[in-house]
Amino acid sequence: MSYETFSKEQIQYLKRIKSRNRSIVILRIMLFVVFLAVWEAAASLKWIDPFIFSSPGRITATLSRLYIDGSLWTHVFTTLCETVAGFLLGTAAGVLIAVILWSSDTFSKVLEPYLVVANALPKIALGPVFIVWLGAGPLAIITVALTISLIVTVLEVYTGFKQTDCEKIRLVQSLGANRGQILTKVVLPSSFPVVMNSLKVNVGLSWVGVIVGEFLVSKAGLGYLIVYGGQVFQLDLVMASVVILSLLAAIMYFGVQILEKKIAGRY
Amino acid sequence: MIPAVKLEKVNKRYHTPEGEISALEDISFSVGEGEFVGIVGPSGCGKTTLLSIISGLLEPSGGKVFIFGEESYGVNPKIGYMLQRDSLFEWRTIYKNVMLGLEIQNQVTAENISGINELLTKYGLNAFRDNYPSQLSGGMRQRAALIRTLAVNPKILLLDEAFSALDYQTRLAVNDDIYNIIKKEGKTAIMVTHDIAEAISMSERLYVLSRRPGTIKLSVDINLSIENRTPLLSRKAPEFRQYFDMIWKELDIHVL
Repeated sequence: MSYETFSKEQIQYLKRIKSRNRSIVILRIMLFVVFLAVWEAAASLKWIDPFIFSSPGRITATLSRLYIDGSLWTHVFTTLCETVAGFLLGTAAGVLIAVILWSSDTFSKVLEPYLVVANALPKIALGPVFIVWLGAGPLAIITVALTISLIVTVLEVYTGFKQTDCEKIRLVQSLGANRGQILTKVVLPSSFPVVMNSLKVNVGLSWVGVIVGEFLVSKAGLGYLIVYGGQVFQLDLVMASVVILSLLAAIMYFGVQILEKKIAGRY
Repeated sequence: MIPAVKLEKVNKRYHTPEGEISALEDISFSVGEGEFVGIVGPSGCGKTTLLSIISGLLEPSGGKVFIFGEESYGVNPKIGYMLQRDSLFEWRTIYKNVMLGLEIQNQVTAENISGINELLTKYGLNAFRDNYPSQLSGGMRQRAALIRTLAVNPKILLLDEAFSALDYQTRLAVNDDIYNIIKKEGKTAIMVTHDIAEAISMSERLYVLSRRPGTIKLSVDINLSIENRTPLLSRKAPEFRQYFDMIWKELDIHVL
């Protein structure tokens, strides 16, 4: 549609929206720039001790050093693989268990108290157990990440399943649907938003799981860098790792969002 | 002639921890092929229970249901059920929604697909086949829901307050619309409603149910002195008012 078909007020209204959106973007960028500038200035003017608080300049230097000696990719790759694995396994297993719970009322009633306790339990407490069982390596780390997102996924997706519109279930039943068809034709597609939502939550949780796992046991990865940096008092290294982490977490979150739009479009 | 639907001394009791509730008692009636029968009753009298029993979604506690002379157990493919809301799946296009029954019954054949296309064209929804339900008006959604029911080619249609979610004007129009389609397709129909006027305007015979436990209180043949009756025209018939008053009295509704 061209502007010509709009009235003057409409054009003004559209312009107002546009300029408002633009100023929000500008403010966002400014906030970031000002934050970095103040930090850098405070460090170089010795208002804060750059040895403890680091500074944008020092972080950049650390990042480029890591990049040049090639260890950056090793660490990023290790953590990323562990997170993606934990995320996918946790989500898949969670949805699968939710389906099993949905399929049997008795079963879900029996398991209910266990799920509630498992949900309240800080899963990280099981970290040492996994290390003993699975060895001090990526397997234990992935398991920690998986456990953290698993129970939440089960509970959330199962609740979503239970909230499926009864009328829709009656409808497919009246068309002669069996239990499996009720699941695939009604329950799963109508719970799609819930599953997507738990996917988004799980992105964050998997990062928590992996970093904590790496704190406990690891020879590589961003969590390892953070712990190592803390131990040898190289706060630049810690900060640099945090910067990479936030970048990766953001990318993964948006990835899920794009996936959601893609799949939603196909429905 | 064998009746399309025949109920013999059907009753239904629900069990809850608080006790036993008798929802229906001693319901017997039959509906001939091609008839349009209405069932009215106060809310909570077991109207939906009755339809669920006929459709086979619910088992009666006692009594028998015959569909075209054969005793019926479980969901019967000869019966199509239209629920209170259109319950179109918002994640499916209209075409995909209409296909639902065929998919479930593993009947997606070229012949059946062309049948669906014919229905969509005949009833003006073909232009909207790739739209999602949210893009359609209430009346069109109801039409789509009816076509979804007709797609699996049932002989008998059960309408459970199928118009109650619509606003009054749309409802009158949809009454006419759905009625005409059902008649054109030559289906037998049993409609449950709490709306007396709607029941009289659409039915050839009416059963009035009592308060819980629901029993048949009265059976009324609706004879209107108009030609080519449609629900909207029926409302103008001189006898309409008398039927209305008679059923109103039978329903015995009090506010307090």
